[in-house]
Amino acid sequence: MVAGVSKNNISVTLRVWRQAGPGKPGGFVDYPAKNVNSNMSILELLDVVNDELTLKGEEPIAFAHDCREGICGTCSLMIDGKPHGPNQGVASCQTYMRSFEDGAVIVIEPFRAAPFPIVKDLVSDRSAFDRIQQAGGFITVRTGAAPDANSIPVPKADAELAMDAAACIGCGACVAACKNRSAVLFVAAKVSHLGLMPQGQPERDSRVLAMVNTADELGFGSCTNQGECSAACPKLISHDFIVRLNRDYLSASFRSAFCAHAAGSHAD
Amino acid sequence: MAKLDSRIPPGPLAEKWRRHKAEIKLVNPANKRKYEVIVVGAGLAGSSAAATLGELGYKVRCFVFHDSPRRAHSIAAQGGINAAKNYQNDGDSVYRLFYDTVKGGDYRSREANVHRLAEVSVNIIDQCAAQGVPFAREYGGLLANRSFGGAQVSRTFYARGQTGQQLLLGAYSALSRTVGQGLVQLHAQEEMCDLVVIGGQAKGIITRNLVTGKVSRWAADAVILATGGYGNVFNLSTYARGSNATAIWRAYKRGACFANPCYTQIHPTCIPVSGDYQSKLTLMSESLRNDGRIWVPKRKEDCKKDPATIAEEDRDYYLERIYPSFGNLAPRDISSRAAKRVCDEGRGVGDSGLGVYLDFSDAIKRLGEDTVRERYGNLFDIYHEITNENAYRTPMRIYPAVHYTMGGLWVDYNLMSNLPGLFVLGEANFSDHGANRLGASALMQGLADGYFVVPYTVGDYLASQKPGSRPSTDAPEFKQAEDNVTSIITRLLGAKGTHPVSHFHKRLGHIMWQYCGMARTREGLETALKEIPKLREEFWATVKVPGSADTLNQSLEVAGRVADFLELGELMCRDALTREESCGCHFREEYQHPDGECKRDDANFAHVAAWEYQGAGTDPLRNVEPLVYEAIKMSMRNYK
Amino acid sequence: MSLIGNLFCSTVGRKFLMAVTGLILVGFVIGHLVGNLQIFGHPDSINGYAQFLHSLGPLLWITRIGLLIAAVIHIWAAIALTRTNAQARGAQHYGVNRWIRAPFASRYMRLTGFVVLAFLAYHLAQFTLGYASSATFKGHLPEYTMASDFHIFGFPAVEKGHAVDDVYSMVFYGFQNPIISIFYILAVGLLTVHLLHGFQSVFHSFGWYSASWAPALRAVTIIFCIGFFFGNAAMPAAILSGWLKPAQGTNVAAQPRTALNQSP
Ligand SMILES: Cc1cc2nc3c(=O)[nH]c(=O)nc-3n(C[C@H](O)[C@H](O)[C@H](O)COP(=O)(O)OP(=O)(O)OC[C@H]3O[C@@H](n4cnc5c(N)ncnc54)[C@H](O)[C@@H]3O)c2cc1C
Ligand code: HEM
Ligand code: FES
Repeated sequence: MVAGVSKNNISVTLRVWRQAGPGKPGGFVDYPAKNVNSNMSILELLDVVNDELTLKGEEPIAFAHDCREGICGTCSLMIDGKPHGPNQGVASCQTYMRSFEDGAVIVIEPFRAAPFPIVKDLVSDRSAFDRIQQAGGFITVRTGAAPDANSIPVPKADAELAMDAAACIGCGACVAACKNRSAVLFVAAKVSHLGLMPQGQPERDSRVLAMVNTADELGFGSCTNQGECSAACPKLISHDFIVRLNRDYLSASFRSAFCAHAAGSHAD
Repeated sequence: MAKLDSRIPPGPLAEKWRRHKAEIKLVNPANKRKYEVIVVGAGLAGSSAAATLGELGYKVRCFVFHDSPRRAHSIAAQGGINAAKNYQNDGDSVYRLFYDTVKGGDYRSREANVHRLAEVSVNIIDQCAAQGVPFAREYGGLLANRSFGGAQVSRTFYARGQTGQQLLLGAYSALSRTVGQGLVQLHAQEEMCDLVVIGGQAKGIITRNLVTGKVSRWAADAVILATGGYGNVFNLSTYARGSNATAIWRAYKRGACFANPCYTQIHPTCIPVSGDYQSKLTLMSESLRNDGRIWVPKRKEDCKKDPATIAEEDRDYYLERIYPSFGNLAPRDISSRAAKRVCDEGRGVGDSGLGVYLDFSDAIKRLGEDTVRERYGNLFDIYHEITNENAYRTPMRIYPAVHYTMGGLWVDYNLMSNLPGLFVLGEANFSDHGANRLGASALMQGLADGYFVVPYTVGDYLASQKPGSRPSTDAPEFKQAEDNVTSIITRLLGAKGTHPVSHFHKRLGHIMWQYCGMARTREGLETALKEIPKLREEFWATVKVPGSADTLNQSLEVAGRVADFLELGELMCRDALTREESCGCHFREEYQHPDGECKRDDANFAHVAAWEYQGAGTDPLRNVEPLVYEAIKMSMRNYK
Repeated sequence: MSLIGNLFCSTVGRKFLMAVTGLILVGFVIGHLVGNLQIFGHPDSINGYAQFLHSLGPLLWITRIGLLIAAVIHIWAAIALTRTNAQARGAQHYGVNRWIRAPFASRYMRLTGFVVLAFLAYHLAQFTLGYASSATFKGHLPEYTMASDFHIFGFPAVEKGHAVDDVYSMVFYGFQNPIISIFYILAVGLLTVHLLHGFQSVFHSFGWYSASWAPALRAVTIIFCIGFFFGNAAMPAAILSGWLKPAQGTNVAAQPRTALNQSP
């Protein structure tokens, strides 16, 4: 057993959403793919289909991708109704054809949400996430003004939990999977990561208020505690962070009303 | 001929940076907002620079081709970041980090820059920790370290196997803050396609918006390029698919010198290629070498056997055998070549025979599966996803792959290229890693450049520019550069071709890997220098780029980048050919010691080769900057 | 934004309001259930209890208004968030729609909520206001005379011999009608489904949930929901099936429903 991988080839049909541009009408087009090596990723299959389309003089399918190793968060295919495809905890670029049956019809769509308008074909514009981040997803520290790193001990358990949250790759699968198109798992991951660190305490209240309110303004929906987001998350970010977000948001709101200089001055 | 003045400040090595900072010119705070600085790229180097310059009060515009700064390729770095903190009390110091880096680079880097890098490394960790980067911690809550290839101390800080991601998110959060405050204007999906040089100084750029196709002109008082490495010349590499050389290549064509283009690092621990459809090679972090043992069967006949059935005495732990003191932690170039050698001997494993085992069974016995999972779980997961194999049970198979480019645009001590006003940071410049980069040093360099070096040195340059002297975008140079960009686009779309872009990229990759990869020969390089121009001609005659210029057109984007690779590849081979020695990652088979180690030629090649563009069809000029070592004695690298 | 702004305008705040009001409504339905289960006891219990509630006067009204406000906020927030969510989905829907792991009950909160609302309207009309089936409304039935003293937590509440509304009979008459009974059981079933998700959801929305006791919460929710459903369903089931016979001294014992239906 040198390489326990199957070399089976399969044939599938890709049913791909094609849309020429923002606001343009779109529809599904079928692309049969024969003799597909099952160790190919679905993005690699799209590469092959695109080269064939190019030679036929048709426009290739636009799809977002970059690192192709599940870390940059660029790839964003809705595959058979689940963001990133049938497997748990992987991004589209890590979805291999061995996950599909021979003869399957694979429906590929872009991530859809009103705050993620379609740019073209399978590409949607997720810059709304950047705007949420700009609203408060940071710890204010001037370059050069930091104390020695070991002067701020962080309990290991907190650091680990913060890292669990920080593993978010910002792909938007949570939004795409949520029936309400809520960005709450994304926001919760950011807020929890920074809120779990002692460094993040001074801005903890203002951060959570700003980020949630910005997500609302951008038109994302609300959470109904169904967990579709974390089930679709390529990093399996836990739904529990949303609970933490709710707690932070509510306590920040109450503190801002009842404590004299509350906003931004709390540490616990 | 370009003037290459490295502007190394006078004084003892350890004093240079401090003194330089004290003597450098400052910009009056009230004038800062009158200067506009363009930062191209928002990886570690770009976002840290843009955030810091914005915070200082300059008007900053930051351009990235990605849809968000957070997607820059820095996100993919796994293993860690070095810093001379000596938190482990194992004898580390700034000097030792400096020394290791110079030695690791096989004495082909600039001493003063490297020393500064080691000095500011400690500030980087402070800065990142303050930003909330969730570094790994010990039970007492203090920072944990791991050891990394090429060092005998534990100085690598890490955040699980996602250090690059966490550092980038830290820098991105700083950038986001300044964008939110209106200090930095962010231009996402806006690709720099040309540099505008006026009166010999960099004064602006031309970009193409990747969504609308709009070509725009941007004027500035200084231009900073932090656009990453160019390893995708090889097509298959550990780089993100989008990583490209366009920004630095087009700056080169405007007069910036390109230094040491042939220095490319081949990383020893990547997942082997499995088929020709493959678009990317995946790195398994080098940190795996801390606990994994590398071996191949002693006998060729055993190569196709199940590794579990190969007896201990029939295994050749070749790194431990040849390099007993560094063992599996020998530097990257040495490990990579050793792997190539055993595979060339026919002892490689896997279907292709291009692979060696990286075995964790001892570590699992010694530390327990849980500890191994805690340290490397996500890497094992990645391996499983890609290969469908469980590395807890059966050894991983690894093979070297292109991973980093030490070459880049030439810069002086201030990180300014020979074109005044053009600064180059991060992997895009050449300065700190010599002929080989040590693991966990690129992240360090990117952040050092962006947070702690360029914010000072840009000020020094700007202080010499009159506030408000920025040219208008109506200047003829802007028009000329814009015309250049549109003409490239028109040519690409106009070619009525027969082959998709990928066809040419793959072929270029084959040529480069074969002749300019882990081992190079005069003959091979000469062949490549004949083949690449032919391929380039074929590209322009027969490439087929569908679609139009005024929408998102990914084929057009890739075509432009591959067009540049087709030129850069040639320069790399030319550089490799003229460097008639072996050093670090540049291994010329003609120049080796009997045991297969690099044979440097310090008498003739202790210099930086900085290539200067002379126009299409004319051979570029090879300028040299001699490398003078004051603090370190050059010696043969020895990791035995 | 102010506290009020955050609570009433943000998605997280609105969910908090839903949770608070949902919890109030849960408190009410539990109280309501406990009260009603007294139908299985002596008619003095339920009738005395009803009399006691009425005797609270303004307090009863404050409670009723409070419940009404809670219900209005709950429903308002549900509608407002539903609209936000529909907007967030945008005009173009997915070609393939599927659930990954959302619990069954969570998928139908709007549906179950609105059916419960419809039922609630009818229920109030029937038993509180007397608009529906007015002939058997407590206000239209002869009064019931208490057979003994009625105590609440040991305190005397209604004296023996006191004439009070015959709620006992009203409930009996109501549930003897198969349509009303079945609708009731159905509605209670849907409300149970609503609570199956809603009860846990409260903890999420408050920020009080943790994976470490999630299984315990799940168990409590299920036990509560089973109890709630069978408790509520027991009344119509027992009455409709004839298992529970009217107690002596009540209107319904004196004049069975069939007779009542015949008399104009
Ligand atoms: C898989 C992998 C693992 C690694 N692991 C480690 C490690 O453990 N430790 C370590 O120290 N180093 C590691 N490295 C190396 C290190 O990650 C990189 O060298 C470093 O992150 C480069 O950072 P950068 O800021 O220079 O460039 P990048 O992060 O590549 O950023 C480039 C930026 O430039 C922009 N850009 C590029 N061209 C243009 C253009 N024409 N117009 C506009 N924008 C443009 C991009 O959008 C992007 O924002 C690793 C590298 C790889 C590939
Ligand atoms: C007696 C009546 C009711 C009770 C006891 C009740 C209880 C609850 C509870 C406890 C919740 C959970 C709150 C949270 O999300 O944290 C909830 C949610 C909800 N309720 Fe009700 N509710 C009742 C009536 C209604 C009605 C009439 C509607 C219809 C409009 C409704 C619609 C909803 C919706 C849409 C949710 C949100 C579900 C979610 O976000 O997951 N409810 N309810
Ligand atoms: S392409 Fe980077 S996560 Fe998939």
